[in-house]
Amino acid sequence: MKAKVIITPKRAVLDPQGKTVQTALEHMGCSGVSDVRIGKYIEIEMDGDRETVEAKLSEYADKFLANPNIEDYRLVFED
Amino acid sequence: MKFAVLQFPGSNCDQDCVHVLHSVFGYPTRLLWHKEYSVGDADAVIIPGGFSYGDYLRTGSIARFSPVMGAVKEFADNGGLVLGICNGFQILCEAGLLPGALIRNRSLQFRCEHVYLQVASHNSPFTGQIPEDKNLRIPIAHGEGNYFCDDETLQSLEDNDQVLFQYVDAEGDLTDHANPNGSRANIAGICNEKRNVGGMMPHPERASEAILGGDDGRLIFQSLITALKNQPTVA
Repeated sequence: MKAKVIITPKRAVLDPQGKTVQTALEHMGCSGVSDVRIGKYIEIEMDGDRETVEAKLSEYADKFLANPNIEDYRLVFED
Repeated sequence: MKFAVLQFPGSNCDQDCVHVLHSVFGYPTRLLWHKEYSVGDADAVIIPGGFSYGDYLRTGSIARFSPVMGAVKEFADNGGLVLGICNGFQILCEAGLLPGALIRNRSLQFRCEHVYLQVASHNSPFTGQIPEDKNLRIPIAHGEGNYFCDDETLQSLEDNDQVLFQYVDAEGDLTDHANPNGSRANIAGICNEKRNVGGMMPHPERASEAILGGDDGRLIFQSLITALKNQPTVA
């Protein structure tokens, strides 16, 4: 099974990369951009059914893949 | 009195820390490889700066799971003194031994320059010997030194006197301009609630001899040494 971990900075956390890209978009004439957040995207191939993989990845995302002080994450699965 | 300096793949300030503790202060100091399971007979542990594991994923996030960090956690839980410098501070935050996290500098630039630090609390093994009203001039060198914590954590750091160092300007004023990385409350260093684990982004080991352009960093190591001398012997 293929799982994707999508990690984004928490709302309260300053995201200087996102801000810089937002400003660049505006400078390039792309108007109407109200927010840009830059995070991380991890693809993981893993054996097991959806339930097992989800339980395991949640555990490791909580303690390793994302830092709960500064980041949120969500898991997306593909069969 | 014996010191251990941790060494991860990618540490690059380890030898500087050993040099200061061994050659400048004259104490037995050994490097402790990340695969060790014990801190041995060390009385204090230094986690040095660098780019452990290439800063992959997040700074310090992989180093914190190395075997030696299990030993450091146990050492700290038993009251042992631990100082993390730069990447060492990042590792301690990732390990949960210090609150908060270090994120990308607000400017997105790697900042390598001397800064001025105000000592926010003298009540710690890391700052006890710094004279009152003395601001320190010490270099920083980091891309991810922007200290972040939520409002509640910041309040508890202030309430418990856990903020050790804050960035100030040459006149000693705590201004936004003096903040090199965007840290909350200009925070450059903190300690835990038990006050035996400290972390700081500036590099005292790079400012411990006059020939290097300043020796204000000595005061931090001297504080640590004095605290160890005064510490009741742990059997």
